[in-house]
Amino acid sequence: MADEKKPGLFEKGGKLYWLHSTIDAFDTFLRVPGTVTAKGAHVRDGIDLKRVMIMVVIALVPAALFGMYNVGLQTSTLYGLDWGFWRMFFYGLLRMLPLFVVSYVVGLAIEFASSQIRGEEVNEGYLVTGFLIPLIVPVDVPLWMLALAVAFSVIFVKEVFGGTGMNIWNPALVARAFLFFSYPSSMSGSSVWVSKTWAGIPDVDAISAATPLAIAHEGAFDAATGAVGQYSFMDMFWGFIPGSTGETSVVAILIGALILVWTGVASWKIMCSSIVGGLLVGWLGQLAGATVLPCYYQLVMGGFLFGSVFMATDPVTAAQTETGKWIYGFLVGALAVIVRLWNPGYMEGMMLAILFMNTMAPLIDHCVVSVHTSRRAKKALNA
Amino acid sequence: MSNNLDLKKGLNIPLKGEAAREVIKTVSAGIVAVKPTDFNGLVPRLLVKEGDSVLAGSPVMADKMRPEILFTSPVSGTVAQIVRGEKRKLLAVLVKADGKQECVDFGAKAPTTAAETKDLLLKTGLWGSLIQRPYGILANPDITPKAIFISSFSTAPLAADTDFTLGDSLLDIQAGVNALGKIAPVHFSVRKESYSSTPFHKVENVVSHLVSGKHPAGNVGVQISHIAPIQKGETVWTVSPLLVAAIGHIVNSGKLDLTRKVAVTGPAAEKPAYVYALPGTPVKEIVDVKGDVRVIGGNVLTGENLGADGYLGFFDDQITLLREGHEREWFGWAKPFRPKVHSSSWCYFSWLTPGKQYDLDTNLHGGPRAFVETKCFEDVTPMDIFPIYLIKACLAGDIEKMEKFGIYEVLPEDLALCDYVDPSKNEIQAIIRKGIDLMIKEMA
Repeated sequence: MADEKKPGLFEKGGKLYWLHSTIDAFDTFLRVPGTVTAKGAHVRDGIDLKRVMIMVVIALVPAALFGMYNVGLQTSTLYGLDWGFWRMFFYGLLRMLPLFVVSYVVGLAIEFASSQIRGEEVNEGYLVTGFLIPLIVPVDVPLWMLALAVAFSVIFVKEVFGGTGMNIWNPALVARAFLFFSYPSSMSGSSVWVSKTWAGIPDVDAISAATPLAIAHEGAFDAATGAVGQYSFMDMFWGFIPGSTGETSVVAILIGALILVWTGVASWKIMCSSIVGGLLVGWLGQLAGATVLPCYYQLVMGGFLFGSVFMATDPVTAAQTETGKWIYGFLVGALAVIVRLWNPGYMEGMMLAILFMNTMAPLIDHCVVSVHTSRRAKKALNA
Repeated sequence: MSNNLDLKKGLNIPLKGEAAREVIKTVSAGIVAVKPTDFNGLVPRLLVKEGDSVLAGSPVMADKMRPEILFTSPVSGTVAQIVRGEKRKLLAVLVKADGKQECVDFGAKAPTTAAETKDLLLKTGLWGSLIQRPYGILANPDITPKAIFISSFSTAPLAADTDFTLGDSLLDIQAGVNALGKIAPVHFSVRKESYSSTPFHKVENVVSHLVSGKHPAGNVGVQISHIAPIQKGETVWTVSPLLVAAIGHIVNSGKLDLTRKVAVTGPAAEKPAYVYALPGTPVKEIVDVKGDVRVIGGNVLTGENLGADGYLGFFDDQITLLREGHEREWFGWAKPFRPKVHSSSWCYFSWLTPGKQYDLDTNLHGGPRAFVETKCFEDVTPMDIFPIYLIKACLAGDIEKMEKFGIYEVLPEDLALCDYVDPSKNEIQAIIRKGIDLMIKEMA
């Protein structure tokens, strides 16, 4: 099959050579390339970027599946529809599918076109980005907005820098930030987090389902039961709360985290230090009276854990040095909670914290490497 | 006195085809090649012409810049052919062996001064065995190095077991070490894991080091970077134990004898074992190459693709045979299990079978990409450097940063495992080589 797709037509000098990146991409998707080593080591490890990226997608699957169920659950609960498990799940699946389709079609089209222009092979990075974006936006986001956000982020955050591996910011998060600042009414507030435009369900704006983060922001915390509004701590832990599709369930995210850490694709140092940073600032905030919530509530609400596990750990945009990863992760977690507690404008700080730390990551690395080289120089003087 | 060096980072590639500890044949080659390309930084000047008769130890070429550095024939016979490549570049001098193996007599005498040692090495053609760091080039006889480093073992994939190949040459090694010790202090490292079985801990007049760890713990460069990192302006020399024994043999007997036990290894080797052979022996006289097989002089990480018509190199005591991996596997990257492919990454399941040895081929297993995953470089580089920063400095050709990030301490071989583990399939050794070449050019 793949052989028929790769006649001389697409080879150098062929009429359709300009399409070779696309053809290569499909061809190598189906079969591992038959290239042999030409210089350097004669044998190579079986790992390649396709494998690395597919591992991240696999790690995202539990959060995505739970998210789909939760989309149905929230709608069913809000409108008193009394659906069964499968109905909830399929409702969520059908609501999410268009988002995935738009995200992948728009993103991959741009990715393929840019690779074509650069004359390079198509990079696998978008496999992950395209899966992440639908999981971090409200399920009801209009598809044209999503398409616009994806196009903006892939073009201006990734391709202009030279593609995957060269970007400074996490493209999925920039897509979210683009929506957040361009179309705030579709991205924030208490009415966007539960799906409601569907046959048979009245499209009533007055019905609102605020996220626990928003409820807590209003100060509705019951210290006796530990509940935030109508949601108990365990609701938030399991993920039966409104929010972006992928971010609600701590359990599903932790399964993903386990896969990422086990395979070594994402840095456990960043995950751990981010959580420590969030807990520490959450605790200080409680001491200072900025919040009534115990610090560990910061972990189960909003996008904190999803960001720590899947976004902050992006190997391209995070710090590269091992010491740098500790610092970077800590500051991501700390900043996110600082924004939550001390900023009146935004309830959720994770997106901004990660994007800010993406910007700062090269500086952190620069400092770590400088300290290291000057220590080496000192050692040499003393030797 | 001995110092301990326990290295935690590194990787042993589980390759099938380790040589059995027996010598199965002695190859007496009809034609032997002397290749200037074996020596980094050598601009050769030819000293013989076709038809000249030579003895083992007679000079056949010299360094153009420093004509006192001679390169000699390992066999007696007649010069059969001068092989030249593009722009008349000298590729090899082929000597037809007469089978008598008559040797030039250099006189069995232990050198007593640095000058005597240098003189001996220069005229016998063994000067080429000294590798000068930084840059890994032919040593300059006019300088005195800070130290001379010898690693008595190799941890490279399927490398010849020096306990077996050189265990009976202890007297020669001692004599070689004594001679080199006249030039500079000799550091000698012994493998800790085989301390009880190896004869090398008996070597005297050296600063000895006990080294343990996975590959590249046996690389002399990695050891130097822990023992005494090379600073700007410093030079050290390194010698392989194989050639220390050859130096010692000349000291003890006055005759050049480069015969060595060569490990024939690799998954495509029919019967992995040792053979006696001289450097410059045609590959096809050592192994029977059948099918689409790559013949590598040395190990799979740093060796040279000799081709079926190539000749064993001056430094080689190993030949590795690998199948060419042109086959294309359906959905290889997506399969949960790929039993034939090894990966040090836990994205595959090689970790389930830690003792398994793999029949690896030369497939690249992916396409070239930008650097994404970079911690894997640090995991296989037991040196006090940031590999990715050094690599990027080399790519950028930034001399100042290359210096800062440790270019003086590395040779491509020390970062060879980065080639192996990189999911983005970058050619790290080639990048480092380019950086070193730039340093040589700019610093000259």
